[in-house]
Amino acid sequence: MSITPENLGDLSRRTLLRRAAAAGLLATPAAGLLSACAGSEPSKSDDTGAAKSKDNPFGVKDGSAVKVVIFNGGLGDQWAKEDKVVFNAKHPNITVNMSSTQKIKTEEQPKMATQPSDLVMNSGADSMDRSTLINEGAIEPLDDLLTAPAWDGEGTVADTLLPGTVGDGTQNGKFYVVNVAYTVWGNWYNAALFKKEGWQAPTTWDEFFALAPKIKAKGMAPYVHDAVHGYYPRWALMASIWKAVGKQAVIDIDNLKDNAWKADGIVAALEPWEKLVKDRLLLPGKLDHTQSQQAWLDGKAAFIQVGTWLKNEMSATIPPGFELTLSDYWSKPGDKAAKDVYAGSGEGFVVPSKAPNKEAAKEFLRAILSKAGSAKFAELTKSLASTKGSGDNVQDTALASANTLMKNATSDLISVKFPDFYADLDKESQNLSEELMAGRLTAQQFVDKMQAAADKVAKDSSIKKQTRTA
Amino acid sequence: MRHGVARFVTGFLALPVALYLFYVVWPFVQAAGYSLTDWGGYSDSQHFVGLDNYVRLLSDELIRKAFWHNVFFLVTVPLFTIALALFLAFLLNVGGREDRAGIRGVFGSALYKVIFFFPQVLSLVVIAVMWQQIYRTDSQGLINGLLIKIGLVDAENPLAFTADPEPFLGVPAVLWWLLLIAVWSGAGFYMVLFSAAMQSIPKDIYEAAILDGASRFHTFFRVTLPLLRDTISVAWVYLGFIALDMYALVFVMTPSQGGPNHASEIFASVIQFNAFQKGQFGYACAIAVALAIFTILLAALQLRITRRDRIEF
Repeated sequence: MSITPENLGDLSRRTLLRRAAAAGLLATPAAGLLSACAGSEPSKSDDTGAAKSKDNPFGVKDGSAVKVVIFNGGLGDQWAKEDKVVFNAKHPNITVNMSSTQKIKTEEQPKMATQPSDLVMNSGADSMDRSTLINEGAIEPLDDLLTAPAWDGEGTVADTLLPGTVGDGTQNGKFYVVNVAYTVWGNWYNAALFKKEGWQAPTTWDEFFALAPKIKAKGMAPYVHDAVHGYYPRWALMASIWKAVGKQAVIDIDNLKDNAWKADGIVAALEPWEKLVKDRLLLPGKLDHTQSQQAWLDGKAAFIQVGTWLKNEMSATIPPGFELTLSDYWSKPGDKAAKDVYAGSGEGFVVPSKAPNKEAAKEFLRAILSKAGSAKFAELTKSLASTKGSGDNVQDTALASANTLMKNATSDLISVKFPDFYADLDKESQNLSEELMAGRLTAQQFVDKMQAAADKVAKDSSIKKQTRTA
Repeated sequence: MRHGVARFVTGFLALPVALYLFYVVWPFVQAAGYSLTDWGGYSDSQHFVGLDNYVRLLSDELIRKAFWHNVFFLVTVPLFTIALALFLAFLLNVGGREDRAGIRGVFGSALYKVIFFFPQVLSLVVIAVMWQQIYRTDSQGLINGLLIKIGLVDAENPLAFTADPEPFLGVPAVLWWLLLIAVWSGAGFYMVLFSAAMQSIPKDIYEAAILDGASRFHTFFRVTLPLLRDTISVAWVYLGFIALDMYALVFVMTPSQGGPNHASEIFASVIQFNAFQKGQFGYACAIAVALAIFTILLAALQLRITRRDRIEF
């Protein structure tokens, strides 16, 4: 139905020619796109429930089936299969139909208005736009999940979650998205190599720029990042803005406040990135995420900036003796919030409004957030789960360094909302972040262009506006 | 008797026509309908907004950019593909040594035909993924690695290919690199098409021309090309469609799907962004309908310009 290249048939030249002939020279290139727009029909969801109890707070009906769709990306899908075991231990008579895919939007979007799955992990590059889902009423508010008793019996589900998780899933005052993974972002380095060379991992930009010539002398590039997907460099740029100018600056940016990008200190916060590019401290080439991560593992670059899914994503090719270690983004002297860490929950599950078995979907979420479920998650993915204590029993340098970073962090976590709020600003900021990191924009030009893009969104009446308060 | 034939024909055609109406025509009509609404794509509620989407489309900067990029492909893809395919077909069919009246192909032409046709059997996405490796932007890429080894490219500054927005002849470099793939993947098919057409040209025409002292240059421009006119005109229309699409290459190969910084934005990528990322299906349908109308006009125009009396032989 769609024009994405996963539908190879739609794009092959022969199909194109055949269809051109069939359609009597009717607009062939548009055909796939046009038919993508077609088809939506209301369906009724049947309301059948069993008695509610502390062990079954949503009244899941025995003998029913629940369809769960897992995003099989950087974290794999093995952890979800373990959750199925946890779930079935309590509800042996409920059939869990689990499938995993990388193409969430391609497969689930067409079903949202008619026959959706019960529980969808809306994640990855091909995920459905969250604001649209909420504005269209396509997904269910899950506030009752937060107040439900926790799977293991102590307190409510909300009590078990790490800070930020509820806020991350909330929009317009309602809780819609259950993020199951807890991600920490920062600069990664190989601790084994640093020990061998006698290098000290920098915590400030000054220390980094002092160390960089020594790294270069070893024939290594000091820094590498994904230069194909603009949201990778954007994490780093936004972290620098938050650390230098403070939380309110980013809140203003998210709220499209007048001249938010022109606030004092934002240009200065980004200037180290401009210098990093100008001083040729980046690995040459415009590599994508796996290429850049592999280049880092191959010892071509000393630092890479990415989130904690790195270890799991690259597990097949990590060389023996390589100690993946996460350090915080670098700060500058005088930064207002130097200790704030870029972390937050991600990998969000949503329950479609038209799902036939919403009760079982919520119950399955409870199982995912259980102690057993989240411990398995941390063990299998080497990433923290968004429930408290998930990583306590896992021995791993990557996870341990992330844990340490979180323990020393302030309670304020760096979080940026505008990419979730506005698709236009998301795309523009990705493009401009790439341009800055390619050396085609200065920090000042970047800020000017971001302000112009934000103004455009603020003026566009077809875009529904969002605000954040904290 | 005649009545029976009519019934037979109707019975035979009813099902295909019904399928065609349901799967081809109906979605078009639906899309046109949705283009007049503010449908978001994830629910079954929508409001009628009249021609608002079309008015908005006229002042959309991104669409203007995409339009000119599509025009670039519209001019270059058919031009280069047909020129290359004609050149190859001529060599393979009538470009051989002149001792036998210049009417056979170069040595080993049967093998070359298979090789040149090969990209055609690959899906466009397979081609894109393969070229991603060829175009890799560091020394591990096929082209960069080779050029760095022989010293033509600085390892500190490798070619960026589809991540390069710098203009070349007034057009972003990324579009030229995509064009190269499009031509490479399409030329083989049209070479076979033109070969077939060339083989149907009677040999005595060539022999007569050569007896009159025509050089190979003259036989090509005075005999082969005019007699291929119909085939080339059809190829031109089909390649026009392909040029208006280009979606797979842009989607797989460019940063941020249409980047860097909108340097490779095309109609299809703008539609994709508005429909699937922004959740404005109504607006996306309006763009798609506009593209459809543009394509129909273009096809009609091309067929009209190239129409001529047929030459019988």
